[in-house]
Amino acid sequence: MSAVEDRATGGAGNGGAVPDGWEIVVGLEVHCELSTATKLFCGCRNAFGADANTQTCPVCLGLPGSLPVLNRRAVELAMRIGRALHCDIRPSTFHRKNYFYPDMPKDYQISQYDEPINADGYLELPGGARIGIERAHIEEDTGKTTHVGGGGRIHDADHSLVDYNRAGVPLVEIVSRPDVRGSEQARAYVSELRAVLVAAGASDGRMEEGSLRVDANVSVRPTGSDELGTRCEVKNLNSLRSLGRAIEHEAARQVALLEAGQRIVQETRHWNEADGRTSSMRSKEEANDYRYFSEPDLVPLVPDAAFVEQATLGLPLMPAARRKRLVSLVEGASTDDAGSTDQVATVVDLGLDELVVAAVGLGADPRLALRRAANEAAQRPEDARRLDATIFADLLGLEATGTLSSTQAKTVLAELLEHGGEPEEIARRLGYEALSFDELAGVVDGVIAAHPAEWERYVGGEEKVAQLLTGQVMKATKGRANGKAVAEAFAARRS
Amino acid sequence: MTEGAGGADATAIAARVRSGEQSASGVLERALAEIAERDDDLHCFNSLMADRARAVAAEVDRKVAAGEDPGALAGVPVALKDNLCTRDAPTTCSSRILEGWIPPYDATVVRRLVASGAVPVGKTNLDEFAMGSSTENSATGPTRNPWDPTRVPGGSSGGSAAAVAAGMVPAALGSDTGGSIRQPAALCGVVGVKPTYGVVSRYGLVAFASSLDQIGPLTLTVADAAAVLEAIAGHDEMDSTSLELPAPRCSEVLGEGADGLRVGVVSDFLADASADCSAAVRAAADVLASAGAKVDDVALPELLHGLSAYYLIAPAEASSNLARYDGVRYGLRVDGPDVETMNARTRAAGFGAEVKRRIMLGTYVLSAGYYDAYYAQAQRVRTIVARAFARAYSQFDVLLAPTSPSVAFALGAKTADPLEMYLADLFTIPSNLAGHPAMSVPFSLGESGLPVGVQVLAPALGEREMFRAAAVVEAGASRAARGPVGARSVS
Repeated sequence: MSAVEDRATGGAGNGGAVPDGWEIVVGLEVHCELSTATKLFCGCRNAFGADANTQTCPVCLGLPGSLPVLNRRAVELAMRIGRALHCDIRPSTFHRKNYFYPDMPKDYQISQYDEPINADGYLELPGGARIGIERAHIEEDTGKTTHVGGGGRIHDADHSLVDYNRAGVPLVEIVSRPDVRGSEQARAYVSELRAVLVAAGASDGRMEEGSLRVDANVSVRPTGSDELGTRCEVKNLNSLRSLGRAIEHEAARQVALLEAGQRIVQETRHWNEADGRTSSMRSKEEANDYRYFSEPDLVPLVPDAAFVEQATLGLPLMPAARRKRLVSLVEGASTDDAGSTDQVATVVDLGLDELVVAAVGLGADPRLALRRAANEAAQRPEDARRLDATIFADLLGLEATGTLSSTQAKTVLAELLEHGGEPEEIARRLGYEALSFDELAGVVDGVIAAHPAEWERYVGGEEKVAQLLTGQVMKATKGRANGKAVAEAFAARRS
Repeated sequence: MTEGAGGADATAIAARVRSGEQSASGVLERALAEIAERDDDLHCFNSLMADRARAVAAEVDRKVAAGEDPGALAGVPVALKDNLCTRDAPTTCSSRILEGWIPPYDATVVRRLVASGAVPVGKTNLDEFAMGSSTENSATGPTRNPWDPTRVPGGSSGGSAAAVAAGMVPAALGSDTGGSIRQPAALCGVVGVKPTYGVVSRYGLVAFASSLDQIGPLTLTVADAAAVLEAIAGHDEMDSTSLELPAPRCSEVLGEGADGLRVGVVSDFLADASADCSAAVRAAADVLASAGAKVDDVALPELLHGLSAYYLIAPAEASSNLARYDGVRYGLRVDGPDVETMNARTRAAGFGAEVKRRIMLGTYVLSAGYYDAYYAQAQRVRTIVARAFARAYSQFDVLLAPTSPSVAFALGAKTADPLEMYLADLFTIPSNLAGHPAMSVPFSLGESGLPVGVQVLAPALGEREMFRAAAVVEAGASRAARGPVGARSVS
């Protein structure tokens, strides 16, 4: 079953999380740590994993009298993200978001509020869906709190430790519109966004180190409705897996409430990975009044066109554009492959599209190149990214001309990826000499003789029997026969 | 009056130290002796930095002996308002909440003073976090006015003003958010300058209201104020709001006179000032006119609305700036069963009444549902004040106004009524809202023989015209109105 069909069985892609008649609506907020050398407002190193509180100074500790100075590189990376997400890159200002928490040195966070640096963009997913990007703004990260004793939450802890190494690390918060439908699309969105952020050179994309952190605004509504339901914000989603599970659980919880005639309370909920449940953190009434106001210690960020141009110079092709390039490459070719959309996505995801494009440029068959890249090369992506396109093209040529059977070509490719070498030399070493025409004819005749009933059905026009017959030939030749030649041999004997 | 530290102005001391006539160490020891003798009565200082001061003075003396340039302010003892960060020396903002905190760094102005050969001697008292106009809102107790110890020195830079007025040091730094340099300067008979916003780096100044705060000098003379400003001003990459300009060269215009200078007298302010204070402004205007200035009255009624806008904007910023004093990282901590209780207990115990009042006011005006009615409205008034100034400066080079509505008032006279205290800043606040420079020059003796200051205001970056006018006003002022004054001789 292809992945496309797989999606169809899940209704709107909710993995069966909610009953028919309900639609899951998701908006995602992704915090991306920028891969700058230094922090957003001071010269401290922006590095993961150092001893606690060793990457700090008066500024990122918020000591009295200290002042922020904006990191130029962070602005450039934010602009690259904006450009990659098709946003409008605008003059912007900074605000203070005021609330008390021990991991925040100043007890306010410097962020962007009504005038973000990037607004109104979109992210195109592998399936072609476009998810609107409301904004992608710059802000500073907080420190990291460890609660010792109790359940690991601040209130039942015996005491808490704070590491301010992360305080002041530059973030871009990317806020999607509520365009995401269901858990699978949410995962596709984050995975695609991650690829874009890495391609833009803005992030290392490491979710496990907290470089990317995702919050999901989840609501449900009757299928076909245009109105948005009351949403809950789900936090503590540390992996794509938790993201998907949390959305499904939260949507199911909301549907159950609504079907029981109850209302959804707008609130922030905490995802507990071990229980597989969300639980209430704070309701809208308990929510902080952040008392935003313009940050008086910073001046408006009004870059001229030349600065924006310079900052976004040399952006590589984004995954969506790379997928389009592959699709246009194979579009003219003969179509015999229903799963090519997934193959394109896989190849781009693994960074093997350059290899495919180069091999096709050297004369390789586009479909075959895509298929071998998505299926076999994808097994060893690191090696495949290092594979010389000429060698890849040579191998594909041997298969296309029937010199090697598909099975043989796959084996040779695996050998190439593991040990390197030349395709022809490997084929010789493995004893893959092409089956002579006479040898093949003998085997074909033998198979027909051994399967008279099937042969009759094939002659009578039952095409699918050819598969069985071909399989017998392959078995007899231990895969050395070329599929195309076998088909031609059967066809010649039928007419 | 003794010579040495006591009495001599900064420029004279620097000249003698540079020429080798006097040692920086000698000047420092006399300043420390003067402080030791008189500060028990006046309480100008929260703490002294004697060891560091001696090391800095010794370095100046070494440079002089070695023939190296010891700097323009060589050997000048300088007092620092205790909201300026000093490495390895307590910086308390006269608040309990910063108890025990020692900054690991120097404010930019402190670094620059030391680089120019000045000798920071200690930290002066202030209204807690610079919130007040009398230096009575201090966790360390009030500072007294050297002219009359039953009276306040003004505030919030009252310790700095009093230390200079008493002749303990020839120069001090203060900070001015709504008049906190100029008003105490006026009440203590010294010169006080608030520069254009962005001319002096705020890095290391503990923030009260970031969009209004500016550091400036308090000195005995206009020339000294120019010299100190030249030492501390100029672009600093540590402060994003610092202007990318060199320090204004004001010393060189002091002898230019007032010929052709267009001077506007802010008539709206005169009606709200006591008779002695408004008379001083008229007399100073006459001095300028005699020196060839074209003097005229100007009506700027909008400026009087500045006070209301200020008491919304400044508390709003303060409520955010003072959030960090939560007991987590430094200063006072009063423990509690959970972190919120610890935060609340620490802040309840650490802040004084005026600071709490402003935090609550500021929190309120920024709250959802009130922001537009208060904070946003105040910002609109701020724009109106700036426009009024722009109108005036299309006709005038500088403006003349009273600094304070009255001479120094008695200790305790206004502590029961915060609004009455807030009115002390009525004439100084508009320049902060507009980001303009303004300075107070001691001019005459008023009621009870107390000094009266006259305020010279100028447009943004108009420091040179301002100092030109101030020098003329100073030359025509009564010498009796200026410090230093021996507190022992005043009964």
